[in-house]
Amino acid sequence: MSDRDRGHPEVSVSVNGAPRRAVLEARRTLADFLREECLTTSVHLGCEHGVCGACTVLLDGIAVRSCLLFAVQAQGAEVTTVEGLAGPDGSLNPVQQAFRDCHGLQCGFCTPGFIVSVTAFLAENPEPTLDEIRSALSGNLCRCTGYQGIIAAVQQAAAQTLKREVLEP
Amino acid sequence: MLAEYGDEAKPLAGGQSLVPMLAMRLARFDHLIDLNNLGELTGVEHTGDGLRIGAMTRQATIGADPLVASHAPLLAMATTHIGHFQIRNRGTVGGSLAHADPAAEYPAVAAALGAKLEVASVRGTRLMEAADFFEGAFATSLDGDELVVAARFPTWDDPSGFAFEEVARREGDFALVGAAVGVGMDTAGIIRRASIAMLGVGGAPVRCTEAETALLGCMAVGGDLDEADIGRLALAGSEPTDDIHASSSYRRRVGAVIVARAVAAAARRAVESSREGCDV
Ligand SMILES: Cc1cc2nc3c(=O)[nH]c(=O)nc-3n(C[C@H](O)[C@H](O)[C@H](O)COP(=O)(O)OP(=O)(O)OC[C@H]3O[C@@H](n4cnc5c(N)ncnc54)[C@H](O)[C@@H]3O)c2cc1C
Ligand code: FES
Ligand code: FES
Repeated sequence: MSDRDRGHPEVSVSVNGAPRRAVLEARRTLADFLREECLTTSVHLGCEHGVCGACTVLLDGIAVRSCLLFAVQAQGAEVTTVEGLAGPDGSLNPVQQAFRDCHGLQCGFCTPGFIVSVTAFLAENPEPTLDEIRSALSGNLCRCTGYQGIIAAVQQAAAQTLKREVLEP
Repeated sequence: MLAEYGDEAKPLAGGQSLVPMLAMRLARFDHLIDLNNLGELTGVEHTGDGLRIGAMTRQATIGADPLVASHAPLLAMATTHIGHFQIRNRGTVGGSLAHADPAAEYPAVAAALGAKLEVASVRGTRLMEAADFFEGAFATSLDGDELVVAARFPTWDDPSGFAFEEVARREGDFALVGAAVGVGMDTAGIIRRASIAMLGVGGAPVRCTEAETALLGCMAVGGDLDEADIGRLALAGSEPTDDIHASSSYRRRVGAVIVARAVAAAARRAVESSREGCDV
């Protein structure tokens, strides 16, 4: 332990299934910890004050802003980023595939936050109406697509997840 | 700990207002005291005359709680207007009340329902009326070493109806102006109890007492109730905030329409609740 680290708290979390331990300043945000220590750089930082949604991750399965959490607050929790949503061989999950199919992304900066948010949303509401989709997307900003492709992607992902459940119960 | 560190320390609840303030360098503290692992501050319980909701209960939990839906429906209605689902997953009722944002939903609901706040410090516990708790924009009468432990929302006797209406630029944005309304009737359908609280009009939530009085004695539906009049009365003589988001006169005019809509919806729901009561 270096002098700098002395007196700093230790945190152990599981990031995409892999246990992580670190000694860090209490004021370090979960977003910075994920990007800099865990190298899960899908966590993007747009605004750093909760508005844009680019930094959204799952904390024990619940979608939260990682820029508004301190890393030490994730002690003992399971954190999931987009890296943990794809298959182990890199194959896309239904939400990712739908974003690709429906042109739900252009520059891609906002995309990880959308994928994480939509994954959490569909887990809770697998058959959303168009209004519910629009409302659920309100917490993620995209400066490129104009949202239409993203809405189509959510509809496709919802339809596919349902179809899979029916065909392979 | 709050007593020990004084002004150098601040409680951290959901962090959905405090952390942005720190990130934007609007505030700075040497110590943040994380309340997130205090299980005793969490939960919704029925207390006979209403609900007692622990300060650390998340907005998302409140929005989905069946006890809230049946015993404090106004709180459930307001919850859907708070930010986005990711914000509600962390944000807490205690944080929303203690932060006292002039555009926040929960302070207006607390004012409309006549909620009481349980406040604790090393010196003991006290119960504060919402009307005394909110002093202005981001200002409450909490002392520096005090913590909000729970909020008590009284349940209104049936038949009663509630409505929450607001106008925001985009979904999830803070409201420009909004109204929380409760209407209670007697069995003949005459309004005997009325409550109108507005957000975005003053620093603290504003109770529109003249408009409330004007509602008393009216038939809830199909009679002499002129909602538009009530709306105008609610905003008459008020000087809403003038800022970059909306001018004062915009807030006054739109506020009157918002109140009118909310009063009409609350009155309709009160009548529906009395019909449901008869079916049973
Ligand atoms: C993008 C975005 C949109 C939002 N939109 C809305 C909206 O539309 N409407 C709305 O109402 N809010 C909105 N919010 C704010 C959100 O609701 C906050 O969660 C809430 O205002 C504060 O609750 P918190 O639990 O996060 O408190 P924190 O941010 O942790 O704390 C806020 C303040 O309250 C104090 N505090 C917290 N708990 C206690 C306690 N128990 N006792 C004493 N003091 C305490 C803290 O010390 C701090 O000063 C939004 C936030 C974001 C990031
Ligand atoms: S970076 Fe966290 S919400 Fe924008
Ligand atoms: S794809 Fe560029 S910001 Fe959304």
